[in-house]
Amino acid sequence: MKKQDLPQDESNLKSANMTEVLYVTDENDNYTTANSTGWDAKKAALDESMELIHERIQDAKQNVANNIASPIVYFMELNKMDLPVLASYVGMWQWRVKRHFKPGKFKTLSETTLKKYADAFGISVDELKNFDGK
Amino acid sequence: MKLNFEHHQTAHCENGVASNLLLNKGLKLSEPMIFGIGSGLFFVYLPFLKVNFAPGFSYRPMPGAIFSKAAKRLGIKIKREKFSNPKDAQKALERNLEQNIPTGLQVGVFNLTYFPEEYKFHFNAHNLVVYGKEEGNFLISDPVMDYVTSLSESELEKVRYAKGALPPKGHMYYPIYVPENINLEEAIKKGIKDTCKNMLAPVPLIGVKAMRWVARSIPKWAEKKGSKVTNHYLGQLIRMQEEIGTGGGGFRFIYGAFLQEASVILKNDQLKELSKEITAIGDLWRDFAVDIARVYKNRNSKSNIYQELSKTMLHIADLEEAFYKKLRNAI
Repeated sequence: MKKQDLPQDESNLKSANMTEVLYVTDENDNYTTANSTGWDAKKAALDESMELIHERIQDAKQNVANNIASPIVYFMELNKMDLPVLASYVGMWQWRVKRHFKPGKFKTLSETTLKKYADAFGISVDELKNFDGK
Repeated sequence: MKLNFEHHQTAHCENGVASNLLLNKGLKLSEPMIFGIGSGLFFVYLPFLKVNFAPGFSYRPMPGAIFSKAAKRLGIKIKREKFSNPKDAQKALERNLEQNIPTGLQVGVFNLTYFPEEYKFHFNAHNLVVYGKEEGNFLISDPVMDYVTSLSESELEKVRYAKGALPPKGHMYYPIYVPENINLEEAIKKGIKDTCKNMLAPVPLIGVKAMRWVARSIPKWAEKKGSKVTNHYLGQLIRMQEEIGTGGGGFRFIYGAFLQEASVILKNDQLKELSKEITAIGDLWRDFAVDIARVYKNRNSKSNIYQELSKTMLHIADLEEAFYKKLRNAI
């Protein structure tokens, strides 16, 4: 890519006051580096991924409100986690975590277990217990 | 306490940390040199490993591999340590700082407070350098950032003990021996040979063959899983390709810069030509990303769009195969 062709689109990097370095060629085809504020193609991919996460969070919230899913599912999605990541954070087997996704099972969890989840999500046990999705 | 450490922003975190740490030891090697000698160009497809609800693609080797390979080929010794107890990890880091050793860390990006929200994923193979501690905060040189930053003790512990795939487990590393005379020519040749071997590997999961597998899968995803899921998979492909300067186009350009430098060191004009060739291939990867982005925005609603994307990627794979074969013969 030629230095003058390097896109300078507005992107998510702006929020952190960042630019990124790319290797580009100058007028004599010699390599040099240049900073870019962003690129639309990449932003589209990131936006799509954020949208998907947002959808999953909304679905999870609705499911908690309808008593189909436990608050653990909502906070898992909110923290962009999936089952393997969450299981690894709380140090439990995946099948066990999966059972805790059920509202009925969730109500029987001990304080110690709830604390593990709350810590993984960076919230208090009360916040976790009292989330009703509404 | 603040060590004398120069922060240079780079395109990719691992090369950047390696290049910055070696510079601190008095060895001036550019980011592309580390990348090329460490055989950073790679492609692997892991269809059964789901990352962010899409199959795993990677345009880079295992975390740590670039620096390890580069160090081995240059005769540099790196010390690597992991700790089961976070407190020990912090103590060891502070011990290093007291001994005037800037230290590289493997971290998870999800809790990196200075990153933009969109980049915070459960991805645990990011690298940065700690070069001091002031008022209880660790001073951080993150090579993809324009400027240096800092993290509190608890913030740093969080990213050093991120969980999920490839957990860092407090992993820290630093060069402990740099030879006086370095055989750069030999190291460059080894790096190039290894890259050609990997990219031309006769297994379907790695290199050019893996690219073809992904390319052929695109229309199949569309058929079996519908356009929404396919678009998400393709999005993953772009993110892996272009996230913070790494991957497809970006990596090819770093490799182009490497071949250009290498052509001077090895006095080999052919490498200069090949540098131009990989640059052109890098441009095609970027065009491919633009094509995918267009599919998202539904500006291109042609029904055979996935077939066309597949064809484009197969074409790039063909060009790459020819490139690595020529490169293998050029040294």
